[in-house]
Amino acid sequence: MSNPSSPDNTSLIRSSLKKRYARERRFKLYGLLAVLTGFMFLFVLLADIVIKGTPAFTQHFIQVTIDLDPDALGVAPGASAEELQAANFGGAIKRGLREMFPDVTSRKDKRALYRMISIGAEYDLRDLLLEQPELLGQKKEIWLRAHSEAGSYLKGQVDTELAEEDRKVKNNLIGWLDRLEAQGKTESRFNVAFFTSGDSREPELAGIKAALYGSFFTLMVTFCLAFPIGVLAAVYLEEFAPRNRLTDLIEININNLAAVPSIVFGLLGLAVFINFFEMPRSAPLVGGIVLSLMTLPTIIITSRAAIQAVPPSIRQAALGVGASQLQTVFHHVLPVAMPGILTGSIIGMAQALGESAPLLMIGMVAFIMDVPGGVSDPSTVLPVQIFLWADSPERGFMEKTSAAIMVLMGFLILMNAVAIYLRRRFETH
Amino acid sequence: MSTVASMGNFSSKGTADKADKPQQALDINHAADDHETIGTPWVEDAKMSARNVNVFYGDKQAIMSVSLDIGRNEVVAMIGPSGCGKSTFLRTLNRMNDIIPGCRVEGNITLDNEDIYQSQQDTVLLRARVGMVFQKPNPFPKSIYENVAYGPKIHGLAHSNAEMDEIVEKSLRRAGLFNEVKDQLDKPGTGLSGGQQQRLCIARAIAVSPEVILMDEPCSALDPIATARIEELIDELKEKYTIAIVTHSMQQAARVSQRTAYFHLGKLIEVGDTKEIFTNPQHHLTENYITGRFG
Repeated sequence: MSNPSSPDNTSLIRSSLKKRYARERRFKLYGLLAVLTGFMFLFVLLADIVIKGTPAFTQHFIQVTIDLDPDALGVAPGASAEELQAANFGGAIKRGLREMFPDVTSRKDKRALYRMISIGAEYDLRDLLLEQPELLGQKKEIWLRAHSEAGSYLKGQVDTELAEEDRKVKNNLIGWLDRLEAQGKTESRFNVAFFTSGDSREPELAGIKAALYGSFFTLMVTFCLAFPIGVLAAVYLEEFAPRNRLTDLIEININNLAAVPSIVFGLLGLAVFINFFEMPRSAPLVGGIVLSLMTLPTIIITSRAAIQAVPPSIRQAALGVGASQLQTVFHHVLPVAMPGILTGSIIGMAQALGESAPLLMIGMVAFIMDVPGGVSDPSTVLPVQIFLWADSPERGFMEKTSAAIMVLMGFLILMNAVAIYLRRRFETH
Repeated sequence: MSTVASMGNFSSKGTADKADKPQQALDINHAADDHETIGTPWVEDAKMSARNVNVFYGDKQAIMSVSLDIGRNEVVAMIGPSGCGKSTFLRTLNRMNDIIPGCRVEGNITLDNEDIYQSQQDTVLLRARVGMVFQKPNPFPKSIYENVAYGPKIHGLAHSNAEMDEIVEKSLRRAGLFNEVKDQLDKPGTGLSGGQQQRLCIARAIAVSPEVILMDEPCSALDPIATARIEELIDELKEKYTIAIVTHSMQQAARVSQRTAYFHLGKLIEVGDTKEIFTNPQHHLTENYITGRFG
């Protein structure tokens, strides 16, 4: 055996050092490249969504002088609120538009002119009048919601270089809009309706409120079912259950369930909850139950891992002073495992928030305009809303799709922030 | 071990024959086979007594027919090389082995003449009466106060906050920790130094006023100064408690214990007065161990 500090060995080691360090540097470089590639993809994806989605948060309004003459509206001068509901606001708007552009005469052009304003504008006008009945009989300049096509031109999304027949926004509309813009009769405002209304066939009227509420109710149901059942199942399996064939079988099945395609859970929900138990279709209740079935394995597996990771010395300490098994688990093991359990649960909930396939099966894909008031009202959820909008051909829905994705991601970030906050709080205790 | 089956009917004789020391000094396995415990495992006033205890981990037998008494207000030290079963034996005394899957205990262990392995024995009550301090300091990740107050709280020993404060202070004082931590009782126990943590664990154990305290190598993770502090503490504690301590340090066993038991490969080889064991060991394995020839 040669002496390790002999000059021989030293030179041998020295000659191999270069190679070893080079290998290390290469490995670091690969790692860095992998991380950078990941970041690049993420950045491209996010940038694309943000660029496409940002315009959806603004809505253009067009100022039109409207004659709120009771005769023209078809109501009596001191009309009650009920009578105003039925008044002909559409006609008043059309008249106002005709007065602004007296040169438009042909039937076809007039129809194109009317399309400049959203059909939702009538309802906005009605609401305005219901709020301020003294406006009745006056002639007033009123800002009206632009149609999504007009809006897309005003937002600069229309390529005027394109041949007229290849684009939806025709030259005459562009001419009118240019004139209005020159007169300062167009205005870009924050799109409140995007957050305060439900789905609509018209892009400028469509909002995510119904989907947000639907997602909220669905997740509430999911959380209320999956979290306690999942955590308690994990505690039972980890701390109380005997180790035998049956528990082994259960463990294998839980692991397998985590890998079951989510649409299968949707089929199950359709067959069992809707067809057999006759629960309401399209309801967050059923959606929540189906999603909790899907989330349960994730929560159980991560909770078990978190419980397993609790140092046995803590259990021994508690048992050593005479704590019962239940006290040991609830006073010592669970608090220490809580950060891990919460992380797992939030990951599961985030999965549930982003899930659409099983919800399609139970009818949450229906076109629903109303904001649900509870867990049994028909509703849709954010990812399904995104799916529906992505499916719509109108240009206006494209930006809505991206904007809804931004909202969805905002909620995911929020949920993760809550998870991190809770984790910190539990860890300091 | 081919003789495992025959170990069951082994019975230790009170008048252990002080046979000639076997000559093959280092033939460990042969010598450990088929033995009888040398010395007197019994005492007059036994707080706990074990009779023919066998412990199995699955198919593997970890303890072979060990019989040993732990006398009232006495410190019994258990020494022996790693894997000799001394910690396992200690854990049978408050049934901490119950939580190890596949662990099976045979034989008879009594606390105040009551069998602790009978089916109606409540392990919670047993562990309240037989407290334990572990090898690695394991304070709960809670405040110092909560660490000590936890036992009394779950057993309902304090009827008011003032009473609880008193118990906590008394326990910390008895563990010799109070003066060091009295201004930071609400700080986490895990933030203390290793020696302080171990004393906190001792305070936690004595807060429920156990009758017996089991210590499983309580100083193995501590420096000599902290060790000296704990040994001092053990000396004080024996006035009130019965203590069984497992240790790797023979000096420690010699310093703190009245009786010493030497374990080897799951068997109790020799037991006797500490002074006797260390100055005049009867069995060659004991002699080899304490003179440092192996172990």
